[in-house]
Amino acid sequence: MARRPRRRRPANPMLDAMIELEGLTKRLGGRTVVEDVSFRCEPGTVTGFLGPNGAGKTTTLRMLTGLSRPDAGHAAVLGRPYAELPNPGRRVGVLLDAAAQHGGRRGREALAISAQTMGVDPARVDPLLTLVGLDRSAARKRVRQYSLGMRQRLGIAQALVGDPQVLILDEPANGLDPEGIRWMRELLRDFADRGGTVLLSSHLLAEVELLVDHLVIIAGGRVRAAGTREELLAGGGTVVRATDEVALVAALGDAGLDARRTPDGEFVVDAEPEEIGRAALDGGVVLTRLGESQGAGLEQLFFELTRGDAPAPAAAPRPTDDLAEAIR
Amino acid sequence: MTDATLPLRLLPRAGADVDARPGLARLTAVELRKTVDTRAGFWLLTAIGLITVTAMVLMAILAEPEDQTLRGMLEVATLPTAVLMPIVGILLVTSEWGQRTALITFALVPGRTRVFAAKIAAASVVSIAAAWVCLGAAAIATAAAAPGVAGTWDLPAAMIGQLLIYTVTGTLIGVAFGAVLLASAPAIVALFAVPIAWGVIAAVAGIEDIARWADSDTGLSPLLEGTMSGVEWARAGTTLLVWMLLPLAVGLWRIRRAEIR
Repeated sequence: MARRPRRRRPANPMLDAMIELEGLTKRLGGRTVVEDVSFRCEPGTVTGFLGPNGAGKTTTLRMLTGLSRPDAGHAAVLGRPYAELPNPGRRVGVLLDAAAQHGGRRGREALAISAQTMGVDPARVDPLLTLVGLDRSAARKRVRQYSLGMRQRLGIAQALVGDPQVLILDEPANGLDPEGIRWMRELLRDFADRGGTVLLSSHLLAEVELLVDHLVIIAGGRVRAAGTREELLAGGGTVVRATDEVALVAALGDAGLDARRTPDGEFVVDAEPEEIGRAALDGGVVLTRLGESQGAGLEQLFFELTRGDAPAPAAAPRPTDDLAEAIR
Repeated sequence: MTDATLPLRLLPRAGADVDARPGLARLTAVELRKTVDTRAGFWLLTAIGLITVTAMVLMAILAEPEDQTLRGMLEVATLPTAVLMPIVGILLVTSEWGQRTALITFALVPGRTRVFAAKIAAASVVSIAAAWVCLGAAAIATAAAAPGVAGTWDLPAAMIGQLLIYTVTGTLIGVAFGAVLLASAPAIVALFAVPIAWGVIAAVAGIEDIARWADSDTGLSPLLEGTMSGVEWARAGTTLLVWMLLPLAVGLWRIRRAEIR
């Protein structure tokens, strides 16, 4: 029997969860947009909250930050509901939508208002603007004139004004160019390496793949997979290649193994290499490659897990059936 | 190297000041700042000032001497404030929703009632300042015109109090309408259209005697016209109940339960 990858990392009692979501559920207009979402984020880590548009990421983050009331479940930041933090900006940096800025306000002023609200020395504003790459002329402009990338930089600066321990960022890479994404990656990596906790969402895996330690993949309002990046990668199965594809599929079929063909002529099998090797031996098939799946990567996983409600393996073996048919 | 050059300094640090809830005075100062730091807010307040000054200059040059008394001047000086300050009140609330800065405001201050209280306080401070500017402008215009008629400088102290009440409540009616509708354009339209509709309906239904107790024009304008009688105070009170307190309560209820998007 194929071994199932472990989906959930056991909580380490030595580490306090900085962010904890438990059974969060939200219904809007008779539709359940977020259903029973649970996960936790620990200090020193970056958690990627991944899912296609409309998966429920934004709604989840708004419930987490007290802007939307859950219909069931609860969420805590630093051990208590966000809304009960006395001065949340000093503990938790939040960027929920970079476009949500007053267009008629200057960039610098937007930061200054946040600093004043949370009682932060206004002298922090200028170095922060420099840190996020908004020069003096950009800081003087009205936000209406900003590109989305500039608004993201302003939003990240705003999240950092209160010198927080936790960052909650909704689609922070949206609108950033590749150089900007690399910059953000380094900034957030550095933040986590100093002991900070980062939770960021994205609908594009490529934006965050190199940054995150943990992944929570959401689709249709439900968590489809969660774990460390490595664990989720290891769930890809075994890759096998043979000189004769038809014979390989037949041999695997005889051994009761499902295989799915990758675009470059290899097969991914949800089984240990030894099982596959024996099946190939029994079928007299010459293997040219046999090993842990790496190439499929998160992209494949992400694609499979978020491709609607159909479980990935059900749709995948179809080519195998066709090939097996052709043999008979 | 100062703190400010290290924007990513993380714990450990003292918790006391970090975890102090922002006080109402600070939140009010922030809301005051928000009324002037956007292009729309700045020009709206500037326009009120410029129109007032222009009106005073014209009054000093062109008006009949008997209208150039302090009271006469003040009656004209308060017009721009009376018409436009409610819009300042509306924008104080609705710009958070139209421009979606509510996402930032309520993430920094989850206590939405506190934010609303700060907005009411800020609206009151701006209005009191506007009332004193009107009074100052009227006084300067009166001095410049020097009409030389009897009672040029007569102004009962009660009138100053009534002027303050008029401007503050006018702006708060704007805050209330903004909070009920949470959108600038509908709130501004409602602010001007609903009182007119009220009068029309009252006339058609033949209930003017009752409607007068909640007519925002006849109920509140006596505040600017002279020392008020008991009945006039009662009427102003019932009018404010209907046009200010009730919508403020409904608006607060809406803001508290709204999903912030």
